[in-house]
Amino acid sequence: CPSRPPKVLGLQARALTPQTAETDAIRFLVGTQSLKYDNQIHIIDFDDENNIINKNVLLHQAGEIWHISASPADRGVLATCYNRTSDSKVLTCAAVWRMPKELESGSHESPDDSSSTAQTLELLCHLDNTAHGNMACVVWEPMGDGKKIISLADNHILLWDLQESSSQAVLASSASLEGKGQLKFTSGRWSPHHNCTQVATANDTTLRGWDTRSMSQIYCIENAHGQLVRDLDFNPNKQYYLASCGDDCKVKFWDTRNVTEPVKTLEEHSHWVWNVRYNHSHDQLVLTGSSDSRVILSNMVSISSEPFGHLVDDDDISDQEDHRSEEKSKEPLQDNVIATYEEHEDSVYAVDWSSADPWLFASLSYDGRLVINRVPRALKYHILL
Amino acid sequence: MAPGSASSPSPSFPALRPWAAVGAMAAAAAAGPSPGSGPGDSPEGPEGEAPERRRKAHGMLKLYYGLSEGEAAGRPAGPDPLDPTDLNGAHFDPEVYLDKLRRECPLAQLMDSETDMVRQIRALDSDMQTLVYENYNKFISATDTIRKMKNDFRKMEDEMDRLATNMAVITDFSARISATLQDRHERITKLAGVHALLRKLQFLFELPSRLTKCVELGAYGQAVRYQGRAQAVLQQYQHLPSFRAIQDDCQVITARLAQQLRQRFREGGSGAPEQAECVELLLALGEPAEELCEEFLAHARGRLEEELRSLEAELGPSPPAPDVLEFTDHGGSGFVGGLCQVAAAYQELFAAQGPAGAERLAAFARELGSRYFALVERRLAQEQGGGDNSLLVRALDRFHRRLRAPGALLAAAGLAEAATEIVERVARERLGHHLQGLRAAFLGCLTDVRQALAAPRVAGKEGPGLAELLANVASSILSHIKASLAAVHLFTAKEVSFSNKPYFRGEFCSQGVREGLIVGFIRSMCQTAQSFCDSPGEKGGATPPALLLLLSRLCLDYETATISYILTLTDEQFLVQDQFPVTPVSTLCAEARETARRLLTHYVKVQGLVISQMLRKSVETRDWLSTLEPRNVRAVMKRVVEDTTAIDVQVGLLYEEGVRKAQSSDSSKRTFSVYSSSRQQGRYAPSYTPSAPMDTNLLSNIQKLFSERIDVFSPVEFNKVSVLTGIIKISLKTLLECVRLRTFGRFGLQQVQVDCHFLQLYLWRFVADEELVHLLLDEVVASAALRCPDPVPMEPSVVEVICERG
Repeated sequence: CPSRPPKVLGLQARALTPQTAETDAIRFLVGTQSLKYDNQIHIIDFDDENNIINKNVLLHQAGEIWHISASPADRGVLATCYNRTSDSKVLTCAAVWRMPKELESGSHESPDDSSSTAQTLELLCHLDNTAHGNMACVVWEPMGDGKKIISLADNHILLWDLQESSSQAVLASSASLEGKGQLKFTSGRWSPHHNCTQVATANDTTLRGWDTRSMSQIYCIENAHGQLVRDLDFNPNKQYYLASCGDDCKVKFWDTRNVTEPVKTLEEHSHWVWNVRYNHSHDQLVLTGSSDSRVILSNMVSISSEPFGHLVDDDDISDQEDHRSEEKSKEPLQDNVIATYEEHEDSVYAVDWSSADPWLFASLSYDGRLVINRVPRALKYHILL
Repeated sequence: MAPGSASSPSPSFPALRPWAAVGAMAAAAAAGPSPGSGPGDSPEGPEGEAPERRRKAHGMLKLYYGLSEGEAAGRPAGPDPLDPTDLNGAHFDPEVYLDKLRRECPLAQLMDSETDMVRQIRALDSDMQTLVYENYNKFISATDTIRKMKNDFRKMEDEMDRLATNMAVITDFSARISATLQDRHERITKLAGVHALLRKLQFLFELPSRLTKCVELGAYGQAVRYQGRAQAVLQQYQHLPSFRAIQDDCQVITARLAQQLRQRFREGGSGAPEQAECVELLLALGEPAEELCEEFLAHARGRLEEELRSLEAELGPSPPAPDVLEFTDHGGSGFVGGLCQVAAAYQELFAAQGPAGAERLAAFARELGSRYFALVERRLAQEQGGGDNSLLVRALDRFHRRLRAPGALLAAAGLAEAATEIVERVARERLGHHLQGLRAAFLGCLTDVRQALAAPRVAGKEGPGLAELLANVASSILSHIKASLAAVHLFTAKEVSFSNKPYFRGEFCSQGVREGLIVGFIRSMCQTAQSFCDSPGEKGGATPPALLLLLSRLCLDYETATISYILTLTDEQFLVQDQFPVTPVSTLCAEARETARRLLTHYVKVQGLVISQMLRKSVETRDWLSTLEPRNVRAVMKRVVEDTTAIDVQVGLLYEEGVRKAQSSDSSKRTFSVYSSSRQQGRYAPSYTPSAPMDTNLLSNIQKLFSERIDVFSPVEFNKVSVLTGIIKISLKTLLECVRLRTFGRFGLQQVQVDCHFLQLYLWRFVADEELVHLLLDEVVASAALRCPDPVPMEPSVVEVICERG
């Protein structure tokens, strides 16, 4: 049974991230959105063996959270983009925070839901955006030391250096879009390939790639989607492949060396697709969340790094085994939808894989419901064996 | 007795029969009272009497000759010939007869038979008298004749005697003369023999000079005849030196003769018949037949190649090529005619050659035939672009017909088969051409529609209506299809020589016309239409939505009626009758329906997108926090309603209304009341008063449990309501998502409230289930309230007033 009981947060929510630096425990961070109450960051612990969800709440009094991301190096550090309303003006800011030490690895005492003693985040630094506009998202350098982040603010892409144990954010370099039309970034991802020197961003219907060393554009996919591009993600195993999704209800897979045609297009959702995520280890598994309230797990094996299934390691290939693996590769492997999850009753704005368990993922809908699901066991064994 | 038992075989009936038979017999014998059977009964009817008498006479003759059974067959039960009571019988005994009469008959009948008998006797007497008179005269003249003959014979006897003596004298003389001439006669016979021999010898000696002369005069036939006559003799006596010399001379001359004949043969020009003569003579001279075959064919090849060259010249690039009919005519009369002549002559001359000779001829015909075919195909290829099928079919017909003669003559060369193959290939290409033409016509129709749609509407409000455009497109395509069918139908016309070939009866009709042309076209039409759904220009809407709508309706019409009509038409015209599997109508209809569905869904997406973009812009570009208190419905909402109405009209032109969910009659009032009342206890209300956030969500979740999930971009049905429902769903969902991304001030929320109420007032009438509009708008307002830090809703009555005013 892959389905877990849904977790209701009690507030509207859009922001979800796994605790990236944690590789043992299954832990997600969720940021709430409320204009009337103090916003919170929920630390969701999933006890796989006992099938229990534990929750710890941190207050995030700065404002409603639109985006959240966790440091890849330090379990206690995270960044949020939040709205600050003042004088009938709304400004989206970004900041880096540290959570209390005892919550970094989750609290295993049974959580007291009504606890009024919710702890508060410690502010490490603000990402000063007074000159740049609203922050759309913050992304950490993957596999880095947690010192480099990129934030997208309106039409600017900003690279920050976090110094003095993250207490100071120094703008290292920046670039901006210029021209006509809507030039507000909606989303961005940092590529784990090429020594982490590439970032891809989405604005309106366009996808762009950037070199972080020179902060210059390296590729541009115009009209990647018919309508607004909502999200994108890099294939963790194939350096030129990325997936994007948008308001045309489609998920498209691109080879950035050929920007004229998508490699593959999925059209399974019946409304805008807000989120697309590759599985961190098995890149044929692709997760999407949509405002049709559905989460879809697809098996894109034909364009994955293992198009012929799991191959035997190079070391122990003897001639016979070579034959066998050839025979195995003859099996037709078809792309297909593995499962459609319909537990949500409102738009799903965020989905993500766990950083600790590659077979587990969480999805978050606007009504504050968090659902944790597993990859179907049969498929898991099919991929592994 | 019952009337029914007369016909049924009752046991009493057979018992009655003998009676009846006896009665009839007695009546006949006694010339009884039955009318017409006895002469006495009808004195005034001599015609009735005559056949009776004749029969009687006949009867007697037959009796005499023992042919009684013939008479017996004529009567039901013939009288016994030995019956002594039979008046006409051979064994008639008057005593018995009288006894019988007296015994059996009443007086009246006796009287009758007495008078009858008397009358008969009288009649017989008078007959006899007449006969005697007639024959008397003849006797007298016969007696006279015999007497005259007696006298004449006596004179003749004397003359015969004299003749006999004269003949004896003549015989005597003759014998003596023969005896004297005997000697000389033998000598003369011997001399005559010598003379004949000498003449033969003279012929032989003169032969060389004669031959020479013949050769000089060109009388080759004569020469060959002489040579033939002398040949055997010379052969026989060649051991004699003098004959040997003659023979040698002859051989030299003959060789020269053969030489000259061959020369003439090679020079050709004199036409096939003369050549045939040459060959005949050469054969008579004992030339090797095989060599002659070769030479004959080589020569024929020369002439035929000339024909081919002239054909090729007609084909050539520069001079204006004659039309294809003329070309095949030339080819038919020139090349094929020539080939026929050659083949006929060859077979006549070299019939003795057996299968090897026939094989040589077949190879010859095959080789030249293939070159001819290549030329014809090149010419036909030039014709592919043209539109006139009738000319082409006639040309093909001529071509095919022409080749039947050599085909029959030279079955082994396979010319007829090859010709049929060419015709088939051309027919196939023609089908492809027509398919191409139909596609082009369809694309042309689409271009016309695009232009009509894009044309600025000035004078008339709507220009040509969509329905009219649809009718135009449909009828134009249909007429194109019919024209194509008629054009390819020419290939199967009865009078065309190749129409009874198996290909044209079977595969051409089913695979070619039905599958290739008609089904192929409908499929490609669907594909073309579907390609509009996948067009990359999603954003700009390169395809006008009206075109999508029109195509969708077109495909739907095809599904419901047109496809089956066209296929029935095809099946009727082409009598598809073979075992090849054909695409069933239902499959094709399903494809067309799928296409129609996709097009309509795409139409909904495109139109939904247009309205969505308006709504999105209106939400994204406004500063909702610092907006003023609403006084009006925003213009963009009016625009949305206007556009929706326009779409409604547009769809209404082509699609039926569709079914709505039954609702209360006064919907606008009701919806309003829902707004005002349900909001109080609904999910919206708690947001105003600060309470635990859990409650809001709980209530909202519970409500959602009972409402069905709304699939926004779901496939639509083929009716107006469904289409409009789809468009409105997309638009309102966009509005919802956009609202959730903004933050609203108090007046901002109120503006959303006003806008949503306005939409509610006008949009419900377009959708299948107004609850849906209601639900979505409710959610928009609820979301806006959630996104508002200071949610103070406007009084429902004020909202109402503003909406009514604007």
